[in-house]
Order: sequence, then structure tokens, then C-alpha cells
Amino acid sequence: MLLKRLVLGILTLVAISLLITLGVEALSGDVCTAMMGQMASAAKVAACHSQLNLNLPMHERYLTWLWNFMQGDLGNALTNHRSIASLIGNRIGNTFFLAGLAALVAVPLALTLGVIAALYRNSFFDRAISIVTLSGISVPDFFIAYILMAIFAVWLGVLPAISNLDQSMDLWDRIYISALPVLTLTVAVSAHMMRMTRAAIVSLLASPYIEMAKLKGIRPSRIIIKHALPNALSPIIQVVMLNLAWLVVGVVIVEVVFVYPGLGALMIDAVFLRDMPVVQATAMVFASVYVILNLLADILSMLSNPRLRHRN
Amino acid sequence: MGLLKLFWSLNWGARLGYVIVIFFAICALFAPWIAPYGQSQIVGDVWEPLFGEFVFGTDQIGRDMLSMLIYGARNMIGLALLTTGCAFGLGALLGFLAATMRGWVDQVLSRFVDMIISIPTLIFALIVLSATGTAIPWLITVIAITYAMPVFRIARAVAMDIEVMDYVEAARLRGEGLWWIMREEILPNAMTPLAAEFGLRFCFVFLLISGLSFLGLGLQPPLADWGAMVRGNADGIAWGYLHPLVPAACIALLTIGINLVVDTAVQKASGLRDDQ
Repeated sequence: MLLKRLVLGILTLVAISLLITLGVEALSGDVCTAMMGQMASAAKVAACHSQLNLNLPMHERYLTWLWNFMQGDLGNALTNHRSIASLIGNRIGNTFFLAGLAALVAVPLALTLGVIAALYRNSFFDRAISIVTLSGISVPDFFIAYILMAIFAVWLGVLPAISNLDQSMDLWDRIYISALPVLTLTVAVSAHMMRMTRAAIVSLLASPYIEMAKLKGIRPSRIIIKHALPNALSPIIQVVMLNLAWLVVGVVIVEVVFVYPGLGALMIDAVFLRDMPVVQATAMVFASVYVILNLLADILSMLSNPRLRHRN
Repeated sequence: MGLLKLFWSLNWGARLGYVIVIFFAICALFAPWIAPYGQSQIVGDVWEPLFGEFVFGTDQIGRDMLSMLIYGARNMIGLALLTTGCAFGLGALLGFLAATMRGWVDQVLSRFVDMIISIPTLIFALIVLSATGTAIPWLITVIAITYAMPVFRIARAVAMDIEVMDYVEAARLRGEGLWWIMREEILPNAMTPLAAEFGLRFCFVFLLISGLSFLGLGLQPPLADWGAMVRGNADGIAWGYLHPLVPAACIALLTIGINLVVDTAVQKASGLRDDQ
């Protein structure tokens, strides 16, 4: 079961890499002339071709790419000829720092609020939270971002509007300067998690063992935490992981809004410059993280459920 | 009168949803008659204040925001409807095909969908658009393909249940063809669950399109669109202008409206009561 899921995950990654390399080439026609324009000299285009291995047959090209990718050699960017590995290396840490910080705030917050909403279901608090989270899900991330920016950076003037992180900062400065992007991601990602946590718990409250617990006279808070929560764990884990996966991708727009030097901003720049090797490499990183987190979600929820754990 | 009665029988959330959706639909349909100015016409100074001479002020190069919002409603809702329509056409067709033919067709289609679905939508769109450029037909194709995948799963699951019914068996024995069975037996019975799904997917498509146009990869000027309006006016925030929040609020309002409508529609269809 576990092994099957693992193999499937790896196959997915291979398929994605095929799509990213060969599919993109099929769609873009000649990347080199597309980027340099019709005016580029023949020699320049030829140099670009050989740099991208475009003179090799398709399967060799893919295998070379894969081989190099595995070894961490991602080639050079077409536009500024810097090594893509170092371009990404500088920024990947920033992106994970941002996403990690947001997860650290969002997950406990969402779970606590979800449990509280389930405990006091149909109360005023529950309804208010329900409206807020429904809006949180439907609203585009950049709306949340600009509202927070208008409030905290312009109106109150307590947080920086632009998160130009750099390597020399210490941890506190980093947290301070990325406070607004973290807050934006937290709002965006908590809504869904909270709703699902509440739904997962509430759906169990009609079960006979909860009825039994109620008849024994146990406090409602204890019923939810001791009896309902462990059984709702599997769907909750699924949702948390799903949102973490979303988080790593959702950073793209948030990074652009706050000019945060992360992987997402790098990818957007590369998309505009049509710097295909950089787009391919960043897309592969994003897709890998997404696939791995989804895989982890399946494995964890399997482990949290004894019935799934012992099934062959 | 019947419609009005139906409207008052809804709860306030659904009423609000319908009002929002109908309001934007009217803006979209009658844009040229409602909008005071053209969508790329420069009418005043840069960032004229909100609620002054111009209701929503002017944007970063002096175009009337209200007119841009109205035309933007038309452009974005039109684009999103077309794209969601394509996604449903493609997804439902392939899903029904997989369910009726089974065997290797089902296997191949399902595995392909599993693969595409495991790439995050925004990243997928970015990869393809970087290769093809941002012409509108490509925009529609990319987004339609991405969202055809979840539609495929639902259509396949629904059709699987219908396909084992006696009346489908009867049609088969009568010697009806594959296309006839899909069109006359499966489609009418799969309509309700697919329609509820349409509203939900429309929201996702709408948000993805606004995200892409916010990044500068959506509709190109002179066509007005809300995402690009947010981005264009974004610098104003630092100077205390709230202009970028207006189009962003429109996006939010429309998606919330649709969600409210879909919520009640789903509850009505499945007869579910709110949990006690």
C-alpha cells in the first residue's frame, strides 16, 4: 500500500519532468529565436541551441537533462548566463522560510479555531467565523495582501510594505520584514483548514460513541478533544498537508506583491523574459514540493488510522 | 411573480448571493451603455480621489475607474464563462467516454488526469504560458485543460453510476451507438451534479484568471481587467491611495456571491440540512 503510493509519486514526478521539458519545447517552437527575437545573428542562435542541447535527439536531451538535474546541475540562465543552481539556491531558502513561518502560525491557529467552532457550533462565534472563512476562501490572495498592507504599512505604519530580505539579516529582522507576507498567507490558508477541521469534527458528533460519552456526562470540551478529535485526525491531516502544499505554490503571488526575493518571484521574472531553463527548473522544484507533500499527506493519514495501517 | 416568490423563500445569504451575481451580470451585459467613459479613455488626472468627480476615481494613468470596472466585468466574466464552458465540455466528454468504454481507454485517461492534477494549477499555467505567450486563445486553452481534469473525475464518477442502469443496458441492446448513449442517456441524468459543480469551478477559474492578469499574464491592454487594475494601481498604496483595493474588492465580491448561490443550490439539490 505504502510502497505503491511511493512508486506512484515517483512516476508522477517523472511524468511532470517529461511534460516540463519536452512539452514546453513542443509548444514554444524555437525557444532561442523566441527569446532573442528575429534579429539575432545565426551564430548566436546556434550557440544558444547547443547550450540547450537542442541539436540532440529528443530522448537523449531529456535523459541528459534528467541526469544533470539529479546531480544538481541545472544549467545556466539564458538571459544573464548565471548558474541556475545558484540562482535557485539563494532563493529557495527564503521561500521555505516564508512558507514555514506561515505554516507555523496558521496550522495551530486554524486547528484551535476549528475545534472551538465545533464546540460552540451554531453560536454567534461559529457563524461569524463561518462568514469570515467563507470570504477568506473566495477572496484573491492579493486582495488580502493589499488590505493588510494598507492597514499595517500605510495607515498604522508599523510593518514594512516591502520585504526586501537579504542574507546579512539576523532572524528577528527577517521575521519582522516578512511579517506582512506571512500574515497574508496565514489568513489565506487558515480559512480552509479551519472549515475542514470543524466539518470533520461535527460530522462525527452523531456517532453512537459520542452519544455514549454524552450520556456518561462528560464535558463537551472533553468529548470533542478526547473522543472526536482522534477520529477526525485523518481528514484533518489530509487538509493540513493539502494546504501546506498550496502554501508553497501560493507564495508566488504573495512574493510578487511584497517584492520578496523568493523562488516564486524568480519564476515570474523568468516567465516574462521567456528564460525557459529557469522556468523549467523552478517549475520542477514547485511541482516536486507539491507532489511530495501530497504523498506525505497520504502516508500520514494512513498511519493515523489503524484500519488503514493494518490493511494489506 | 413566481420568480420573486422563489427569491423571498431563500435565506438571506442566498438572496445576497443572487443580488451580487445579477448585479455583475447586468454590468457585463450592458457595459457599453452603462459605462460613462471608454475602457481605455484618459479622462482626468492621475489618481483622482475616490467618490469625487469620478465615482471610483481615476487610475494610474488617468482612466475612469468606474468605466474600467464595468468593462472589466464584461471582459473577465466573458472570458471565465467561455473557459469554464470549454473545461466542462472537454472534461464531461472525456469522463463519459471513460465511463462508457471502460478498459484501456478509462485507464489511459484516468492516469493522464492523475498526472496533470498533481501539478499545481498556477504553476501549470505559468509553464505553458511562458512557452506559448499570452494570446487569449492560449489563455483559454491552458486554463480549460487544467480545470477539465477535476471535471473529468466528477463526470466519470457520475457516469459510472448511470452506466450500470437498466435503461442504458436497454439502449445498448437496442444497438444504439456510443455517442447516442452518452448524449441521450448519460448526459441528461448527469446534468444536476455537473451544474452545481459548474458554479464552483467558475469561481476557481475566475480567481486563476485574475491571478494571472495580476501577474501581467492575463488580458492585455486596452482590454480592461480587474487583476491588471489591481497591479497597475498597486504603487498608489504607498501614497495612501486605496484605488487598487476597489477592483480587488470586485473580484472578492463576485466570487463570494457565486459561492453563496452555489451553497444554497447544492443544499437544495441534496436536501441536506445545516448540521445541528
